[in-house]
Amino acid sequence: MKKRSKIAGVYLGVMLALMYVPILLVIVYSFNGSRISSVWGGFSLKWYAELFRDRSYLEAMTNSLVLATLSSLCAAVIGTLAAVGMPKISWRSKNVIEYISTLPIMIPEIILGMVFLVYFTLMRLPLGMTTLVIAHTSFCIPYVYMLVKARLVGIDKSYAEAAKDLGAGEWNVFLDITLPLILPAITSGVLLSFAMSLDDVVISVFVTGVHTNTLPLKIYTQLKTGVTPKVNALSTLMFGATLLIVLLSMWFGKKTVQQTRRRKNHEESSDSYPGIGLVR
Amino acid sequence: MNAGETRTRRRRGTRAASLAVAPLYAFALLFVVGPLVYMVILSFLRRAETWGVVRELTLENYAHILEPVYLKTFYESLKLASLTTLLVALLGYPFGYFMARLSRRWKQRVMLLLMIPFWTSSLIRLYGWIIVFRANGVLDRLLMALGVVQAPLKLLYTYTAVVAGMVYALVPFMIFSVYSSAEKLDWQLVEAARDLGATSFQAFLTISFRLTMPGLLSGVVLTFIPSMGLFFIADLLGGNKVVLVGNLIQEQLMKARNWPFAAALSVVLMILTSLMIGLYRRVSGVKDLEGLV
Repeated sequence: MKKRSKIAGVYLGVMLALMYVPILLVIVYSFNGSRISSVWGGFSLKWYAELFRDRSYLEAMTNSLVLATLSSLCAAVIGTLAAVGMPKISWRSKNVIEYISTLPIMIPEIILGMVFLVYFTLMRLPLGMTTLVIAHTSFCIPYVYMLVKARLVGIDKSYAEAAKDLGAGEWNVFLDITLPLILPAITSGVLLSFAMSLDDVVISVFVTGVHTNTLPLKIYTQLKTGVTPKVNALSTLMFGATLLIVLLSMWFGKKTVQQTRRRKNHEESSDSYPGIGLVR
Repeated sequence: MNAGETRTRRRRGTRAASLAVAPLYAFALLFVVGPLVYMVILSFLRRAETWGVVRELTLENYAHILEPVYLKTFYESLKLASLTTLLVALLGYPFGYFMARLSRRWKQRVMLLLMIPFWTSSLIRLYGWIIVFRANGVLDRLLMALGVVQAPLKLLYTYTAVVAGMVYALVPFMIFSVYSSAEKLDWQLVEAARDLGATSFQAFLTISFRLTMPGLLSGVVLTFIPSMGLFFIADLLGGNKVVLVGNLIQEQLMKARNWPFAAALSVVLMILTSLMIGLYRRVSGVKDLEGLV
């Protein structure tokens, strides 16, 4: 038995190491003083300096952050409201709509990108930030919706009932009871959405205009046409941002799981974090 | 509290709930149903001589797909997707399974270690592989230093590089699916089988493997579907040598500007995708994909 668990440990270790190899290489080379990446020219921060001097990168960075913020916030509002409202309505269409709204993360990204492009052209919406926000919101909504929905299942209904008996209106119950309870789920949904939006290439390629560049698009063009070491620096910074977001969202996710578990009285213990498999 | 009051409250509750779900309804209809319906319509329209489409129904876009060049692209895509899925299953299944057997603390650590590269931009990770694979890159120099090969392998822009990139990008889906299935497994059943004289391999095959089947299947779906459309991996790691349905759609849309044809290709890809999901549901009897939440 001992030997077998050792084999398992080695396997897990090797696989995890392999997953980090490409990322670590990019990080290491971002500090390479030499322009030619196969030559080590000593430790240097000059690519970072150049990166911050390049206006086109700064613009792409601003665009990406604005886009991720707007689409995750739109998704948070639409997804949360719907997740709270859905259990209370008895329309026949609700299962269909629920299914339809998760389609954007079920169908291949390329199809989503293509249908948006042709549809926006049909509607004569100029391609740019607006179309990007709509497209990104579409694949962010399912994350928020599913996480909040899962969280709501774990909440004791008697809180809301008690508040209503004491005369609170629907809106007050939502604001004072439901919202604080589902806040960790919303936060972890928003962070997940933010990361997804920040990472998206495929859909953005199709729905962006000539003047709106995002960071992944910028990197994509660079990788296709020839890389400058600035991309290493940029990638490293983006990796740092991702790391921060993952840790934050794990923290919120853990809180959600813990609270849910406490309420469910250990009835169903699971070590999975909400939203783990939701990512593309 | 009388009955009338309850009824009013319920009605008011429903009205508030209707308002709450309204944005999702609007968004889903306007920006999900709308585009998808338009894609289907577009696939039956004729391409205009110069720009845009002619309002005239035709089946020629679908007939176009049946041409050998395009059929071959579908065949190549399916082949690559199958190969990718097979490798992902072989590599990811043991990972998810072993992970579920770890102690609680280690499960959380491994999960965190998995999440970080998984959430890191796929482009950054692809770029890392370019550094590894390119001629005289990290891999070549490592292998030559070890004396395994004499000349650089120049793996970048080959089929091998594309397969490696795809497997790397998709293996986490398999791991998460298998893990969430194996996590729920009642290990006492395995022990019982062992007590009754089964070898550990027999016990695995008859109990663990069968019970983690839903996870494996959903991992297969979650791997197979995206691997048909990941055009940028084939693009960046395969040069122009590997053309997938995804690349074809992108090319028809952005370069050839033949939108009806691109739409027809997408419809066919959509149908293939739905068939996969339908098959999965039929086989596993589960409505949602394992590991989706």
